[in-house]
Amino acid sequence: MSDSRSLSPADLATTVVFAAFIAVLGLFPGINAGSSGVPIVLQNVGPILAACLLGARRGTAATALFLALTAIGLPLLSGGRGGIAPFFGPGGGFLLGWLLSALVAGLVVARLKRRTLPVLLLAGVAGAAADYLVGVPFLGLYTEDLWSAAVQSLVYVPGDAIKVAGAAVVAATVHRALPNRMAGAAT
Amino acid sequence: MTGGWYEPGTSPLHRAPAGVKLLVLLALAATVLVLHSPFLLGGVCAVIALGYASARVTPRRCLRLAVTLTLLVAFVFTIQGLLLGPAAALTICLRLVAAFSAAELFTVTTRVDAVVDTVENALRPLRRFGVRPDRVGLTVGLTLQAIAALTTIAAEVRQAAIARNAAFSVKALVVPFLIRTLRHSDELGQALAVRGDDDRP
Repeated sequence: MSDSRSLSPADLATTVVFAAFIAVLGLFPGINAGSSGVPIVLQNVGPILAACLLGARRGTAATALFLALTAIGLPLLSGGRGGIAPFFGPGGGFLLGWLLSALVAGLVVARLKRRTLPVLLLAGVAGAAADYLVGVPFLGLYTEDLWSAAVQSLVYVPGDAIKVAGAAVVAATVHRALPNRMAGAAT
Repeated sequence: MTGGWYEPGTSPLHRAPAGVKLLVLLALAATVLVLHSPFLLGGVCAVIALGYASARVTPRRCLRLAVTLTLLVAFVFTIQGLLLGPAAALTICLRLVAAFSAAELFTVTTRVDAVVDTVENALRPLRRFGVRPDRVGLTVGLTLQAIAALTTIAAEVRQAAIARNAAFSVKALVVPFLIRTLRHSDELGQALAVRGDDDRP
């Protein structure tokens, strides 16, 4: 699970604490988006936020740890879901996609080297898009029809757009409050 | 928090090794995805239902699963029925029910530490590449502690936001929460370094 040769105590601590952060995001109640009735669950911005604050390597590690703990049976997903079932359900790809989400968002931030709102917004959008890249084909396995899987997934796009925008604002504020947080984090 | 979803029991399913159960689950998920016939898929669902009966899963738990599956099936059937027709939608929904309930049965009948042991054993051959299987338990424990600590922080941040009449401002909630989360990880990192965890053989 953890590569001790590249994982210092500080890295282990951030990985563990941000895996816990993603879990705790699941405790915040969902916010109803206007009259649509589709609740916005905060948890899926967790990986993007973690990567925007910690970089690709530690952000992805935290996400992987969170998903592993969920899979072995802890009820850490939003709404108290847990166990291996959510990974086998139609939304399983969107869960696994969090890994790519964190990786892509972290790489964009590292690549552009600046922590301004536009950069973080771009990282968030790229991260969310990466999640769909895994989630939609996975759903397509169930439906045997990629197009219908894509149409079904459109429901989540408006909510995700709002969340990514919120995450970028939050990440920019945190970076201003604690500058040089990612210094020393190689990518 | 540590209890998770496991329900204690003494049935053969409870006593079967976690690794074997996991392999069976993966095989079953793969089978379900290649099956087309609603009758065969229905048969698979019936076998899984027998599994629930033999493991004596509590009615309350079964009801919860039934509610989840009903909502999921209603949603998926409506959309896929419109897009692909009722026959295809039925196949998709049966696959979903089979895969989901089988995975849930695994979680209900398998203790978290049994899964941790299985993962540790499975990772053992990777030791020469620098993976430390003995760290798995430590990492799980640390994360559970961190969840408890962050839950407390989240509650305090919420109280502070309410006191400032900002209970519904995402920024007033998440920004202080994240800053305190980062501080907490700094403290944990220092504590781990002092403990010399990195130097353990």
